[in-house]
Amino acid sequence: MLGAYFDFIRIRFLTMLAYRVNYYSGILIYTLNIGVNYFTWKAIYGGGESLGGFTSAQMTTYVAVSWMARAFYFNNLDREISTDIRDGSIAIQFIRPYNYVLVKMMQGLGEGLFRFLMLMIPGMIVAILLFPVQLPTEPAAWAGFLVMLFFSFLISSQINVITGLSAFFVENNEGVMRMKRVIVDLFSGLIVPISLFPGWLSSVLNVLPFQAITYLPGSVFTGRVQGVGIWNVLGIQVFWFLVLLIPIVWLYHAARKRLFVQGG
Amino acid sequence: MYHLGLLLEYLKNYMKTRLTYRADFWVEVISDLLFQATNFIFIMVIFMHTESLGGWNQNEVVFVYGFFMVPFGVFSCFVNMWNFSERYIVKGEMDRVLTRPAHNLFQILLENVDPPSLIGSFIGLIIMAISGANLGLPFEWWTIPALLVLTLSAVAIYTGIYTALTSLSFYSDAPTGILPLMYNIQNYGRYPVTIYNRAIQVLLTWIIPFAFVGIYPAALFLQRDEMRGMAILTPVVGAVFLAIGLFSWNYGVRRYKGAGS
Repeated sequence: MLGAYFDFIRIRFLTMLAYRVNYYSGILIYTLNIGVNYFTWKAIYGGGESLGGFTSAQMTTYVAVSWMARAFYFNNLDREISTDIRDGSIAIQFIRPYNYVLVKMMQGLGEGLFRFLMLMIPGMIVAILLFPVQLPTEPAAWAGFLVMLFFSFLISSQINVITGLSAFFVENNEGVMRMKRVIVDLFSGLIVPISLFPGWLSSVLNVLPFQAITYLPGSVFTGRVQGVGIWNVLGIQVFWFLVLLIPIVWLYHAARKRLFVQGG
Repeated sequence: MYHLGLLLEYLKNYMKTRLTYRADFWVEVISDLLFQATNFIFIMVIFMHTESLGGWNQNEVVFVYGFFMVPFGVFSCFVNMWNFSERYIVKGEMDRVLTRPAHNLFQILLENVDPPSLIGSFIGLIIMAISGANLGLPFEWWTIPALLVLTLSAVAIYTGIYTALTSLSFYSDAPTGILPLMYNIQNYGRYPVTIYNRAIQVLLTWIIPFAFVGIYPAALFLQRDEMRGMAILTPVVGAVFLAIGLFSWNYGVRRYKGAGS
């Protein structure tokens, strides 16, 4: 049974391979994004030394690592699920002997692995060559980062699944999906590290799951958070992974009772 | 006249479809505004930590952002080719469009009009008015005409770039990931381009000229003399890129053979 789920990873990986040209342009444009952010932050720093606990060098690394992490964890599971719901093909998927959400997560993982190998790693190499990025040297930091990156993927995909399943209740969830994308990019700390937000806003963001996607792993990897703090970060990620399972299970069960197909 | 009539018919149609999903309509309007708000929050956060960005103060950067929103709203309303490849090439709707008398690109744009985007343009005008008042900018006789011309030129630039990129789907049947990523890059045209290094400046000015949809034209109203020449060049850049876009589109349509089945 488990083997069937692994096949979903493999098949998605191979499907992505058919469209790999996209990813060559992706490397270029992610690098450009890093570049523009880098120059914006450089202008903000001016002659200054430190901003929100980040030195100028750490900020460069943070920007590069955050964008490259996004290259890995980003996927369109929300859109895939809402398309399945709207064209009715979800009805077939529900009667098959597997768990629909788990299959989607596996497909997301297949896409993630592809993005990791074809987009994140080459992009990271280009970014290191172009910008003064300082990566840690200890293997422990790398191992820790990879684990955190995996949780970034899980949490981001869980939020996508929740957004996608919302199509059961609002029928057309185009707006919800757009809102989700905006919120995740801003509140995860991809555009502005959370410690730079005004105090009240960052304390709100500290109790939301989005920081676990980009900000916390990025802080660890830039060396801003060290020692025991690393375990805290991992703990927060595991916590949100478990908490987000609750709405998914609930939505999934509620959805099976509510299913009505629009046309198709 | 014929085209204007078509536009009205399509807008009526649009209202009918949208009212089917009323809740989503409002979520979409709010998410648009939220997207604008995130950029605004970014500017606010930057200026919490610094006095000036490449020699531009907060009110100036906010003003540039206000201007940036105006053409962007108009563009998003009338030119929306987001799902072109999936909808028209892969699903074959292009064949339907091609059998009708009106120009194919015009029909496709009409089928995807998105009037709520214009709300962003109005908010942009309000932001320009507020930050312009804070800066004590004079209101000249040419302010309104210049705003119109520069807005249309900026819309032409957007249209040209996105039409050219969308027409790539006539050559390759794989959906290209370029469009969503380009959306990220266009935002950088609204910051003072002088903060970037030479390569990015050249890129944003001459290759994908997003500096001409934000910072350069806005500099005219801000009386930034160093960019006045560029601001005046905006209509020319608009015409050139619109021509490139239309040319590659028409060329692509001629090569189009349908997706089979």
